[in-house]
Amino acid sequence: MLEALLLMMGLGGVAGTMLGIASRIFYVWEDPRIAEVENCLAGANCGACGFTGCGACAAAIVEGRAPVGACIVGGAASAQKAAAVMGMEAGAAEALTSQNTCTGGFRAPEKYYYMGVNDCRAAALLYAGAKECAVGCLGFGSCVKACQFDALKIGPEGTPVVDVEKCVGCGACEKACPKAIMQVRTPSQRILHMNLVTDRLAPCRQTCPAEINIPKYINHIKNKEYDKAYLTIMERNPMPLSIGRVCPHPCEDACRRALGDEPVSINQLKRFCSDWVFDEGAQVKIPVAPDTGYKVAIVGGGPSGLACAYFLRRLGHQVKIFEWLPKLGGMIYYGIPQYRLPKEILYKDINRILDLGGIEVKTGVKFGVDFDLESLVGGGFDAVLMTIGAMNHASARIPDEDKVKGVIPATVYLRRQGLGDPYPIGKRVGIIGGGNVAMDCLRSSVRLGAEKVYCLYRRTIKEMPANVVEIEACEHEGIEFITLCTPTKFTTDDEGNLTGIEYLKNELGEPDASGRRKPVPIEGSETVIPLDNFILAIGQTTNSAFADVEGTAVSRLETFKGSIVVDPDTHQTAIPYVFSSGDSAGPPGLLVAAIGGGRRAARGIHKYLMGEDMAFPETRLRVDSRRMKGHIPGTIFDSIKGIQKKGRISQPELEPGSYERQHTYAEVDLTVTEEEALKEADRCMRCCLTCYNKDA
Amino acid sequence: MGDYILLAISAILVNNILLIQYLGNCPFLGTSKRMDTAVGMAMAVVFVLVLAGIVTWVLEAVILKRFGLEYLRTLAFILVIAALVQFVEIFMKKTIPALYAGLGIFLPLITTNCAVMGVCLINIKEEYNFLEMLVSSIGYSVGFGLALILFAGLRERIIIGRVPGPLQDVSIALVTAGFMSLSFLGFKGMI
Repeated sequence: MLEALLLMMGLGGVAGTMLGIASRIFYVWEDPRIAEVENCLAGANCGACGFTGCGACAAAIVEGRAPVGACIVGGAASAQKAAAVMGMEAGAAEALTSQNTCTGGFRAPEKYYYMGVNDCRAAALLYAGAKECAVGCLGFGSCVKACQFDALKIGPEGTPVVDVEKCVGCGACEKACPKAIMQVRTPSQRILHMNLVTDRLAPCRQTCPAEINIPKYINHIKNKEYDKAYLTIMERNPMPLSIGRVCPHPCEDACRRALGDEPVSINQLKRFCSDWVFDEGAQVKIPVAPDTGYKVAIVGGGPSGLACAYFLRRLGHQVKIFEWLPKLGGMIYYGIPQYRLPKEILYKDINRILDLGGIEVKTGVKFGVDFDLESLVGGGFDAVLMTIGAMNHASARIPDEDKVKGVIPATVYLRRQGLGDPYPIGKRVGIIGGGNVAMDCLRSSVRLGAEKVYCLYRRTIKEMPANVVEIEACEHEGIEFITLCTPTKFTTDDEGNLTGIEYLKNELGEPDASGRRKPVPIEGSETVIPLDNFILAIGQTTNSAFADVEGTAVSRLETFKGSIVVDPDTHQTAIPYVFSSGDSAGPPGLLVAAIGGGRRAARGIHKYLMGEDMAFPETRLRVDSRRMKGHIPGTIFDSIKGIQKKGRISQPELEPGSYERQHTYAEVDLTVTEEEALKEADRCMRCCLTCYNKDA
Repeated sequence: MGDYILLAISAILVNNILLIQYLGNCPFLGTSKRMDTAVGMAMAVVFVLVLAGIVTWVLEAVILKRFGLEYLRTLAFILVIAALVQFVEIFMKKTIPALYAGLGIFLPLITTNCAVMGVCLINIKEEYNFLEMLVSSIGYSVGFGLALILFAGLRERIIIGRVPGPLQDVSIALVTAGFMSLSFLGFKGMI
């Protein structure tokens, strides 16, 4: 008994002493916080963080090689505790979530009958899988088996469905998928993603200049998840209420349903779900990344500047917008009249952007007068975005057009209306131009009391760039179109007031560079119409005169015909920290293109500030939505069999000829009802690259 | 020399510690889901088992046998092995950080692994001399690694197969281990 006790005590003593001595001799100083941080982690040693075990992860956090939120399984609770140990704010660390990007499933046609191992990776080894679509989901659920958190299952349509509540964003599904269909991304990464040729994109989504995920939001509307539809739009377009009213929707021109029916009324659906969110006061949470500490100045609070501010803020940067007019909104506030886009609706969109917090606004200050590039740099801004729009008008090349009283540029005419101080006009008004700005001037003039309104255009109505609905609305409101005419001179009274205009009739000649037939004046066809006012709406240019002042920092900017020259992908100018987007960075375009440009500029600025590679990947998808070119090969079909003709829903509008329609600024186009919206959403064929619902 | 080769083959294949003696089950099931973990574990076991074999053999020969305290063998071995692993960990952390980072989380996991303990006791029971003990320790630990790595390879394939719900994960792993065990029984007639 005694020997046993002695032996064990002796052994224990020797072992203890040895360990004690060893721990002294072989002492390695270790930050005591490592142990503390390790206690905050999940302790599962799962390796999802990318380190070998929790100990290594804790060490990495303490050494600053990993963020406090590195432990994916521990989630926000673990991040907060670890941050407390490290003495820093955890911040709202961005959540990684998994997304399935293929909607093909059972709809996808198969090349052959596969009877092998029930696994996507195995199936992909044989001619890249049985599905005809090279990038489509094979549907064997390798991702489901890889998910340790039971957050994935193969849904009824044969594609994976993510349970967002359970998904921790570990990335196992993405690694398991041989087709890169499962994508685990933070909201920031999703914002920075530009359409690629390798993406799974429906024709409408390829065409949209803002790259909105159209099939996804229409599907949400179909499921009556209007708030989710709104959030889907907000990932690409921060002003859906406004765009839903004024967009000429190039996406609808690419709609596959149009091959046998009328296209889906995509824009009305966008307007419906956004209106629903605001009318119902639905709570939507827009995630914002933790602060990066960078400050960006945005010169010009128009659509592109606002969009860029929104995306930069969501990427975690501080933003300050400088606007020279009293209200934010630029051309959509001061250019688009109330009856198309009521100001209070526009301001709902703008306030949603400003509600993100961290966006400062200063109005009534003009670049080049009240501040300049030097003062912005001195003020601590790390990058500057110039979205100064195109506020100057282009010349119509009619003699004395800036001298004759009563001749007004459209920009001034519409801006004064927006400022609440409309330009006084007479009873007979003529407007030259065939674009949407011309249409806005025409329809505004009707409401400002003109009795006779003429639209002068040098080609025919068919060649007008304005939206067809706008041209129709003009006809409904009694506007007269004088097409194929070239105004040559103004007639005036003794005091220089406009009394009329003389024009030559045109005939159409050979097609020009834009593919439209060139109008040629016919000699001796002079006609005069009496007019009190004449509005020039034939295009706008950017006022970049400040760049010509020698000796200033901004003079290093390159300009071309007034527009600021930028890299079309990154929107960077000749000055590395200055960017430009929207109308000021090229020929004036669509509102939705300005929004898309705002996001590209935000990406460029973000990459520039973070020191990342700014160039687009080579697989970038470049679609010309005007000429309908550049789509992913094989995705634009010539015909589809079996489309039922259902007809699209009509646009509800104020009764033509009614008092409200002719004499007030009440909104003319109305929002569709829920019932109509659901009917329209049902017409969507949920297309992707090659899949579509055949019997829809 | 022939005896030693026989001893090694017997330890690696015929009396495989995992599949025939069925010791060391916990790491066998726990670390066999992924190949890289299995390899790490196998390395750690070879390292610890050989060290533990030497120390326990010396302890037996020098103290326990001399004082007639063989009945305390199990208890004393546990204590010594545990202290040894701790010591090795501390030592490695200071002197060979690279190896420590590689074996890091596996070392403490096998402190009280029954395979380690089992081999030490077998060494004493079979009354091996020092060299035999060394061969047997290396043999058994290599056998452990062999079975573990083979098993991990199988499990990586099973996970993509069509396994019925009630049999998934550990159940199918145990069934597989049973089959492997049966196939290793085939070595029985070799020696």
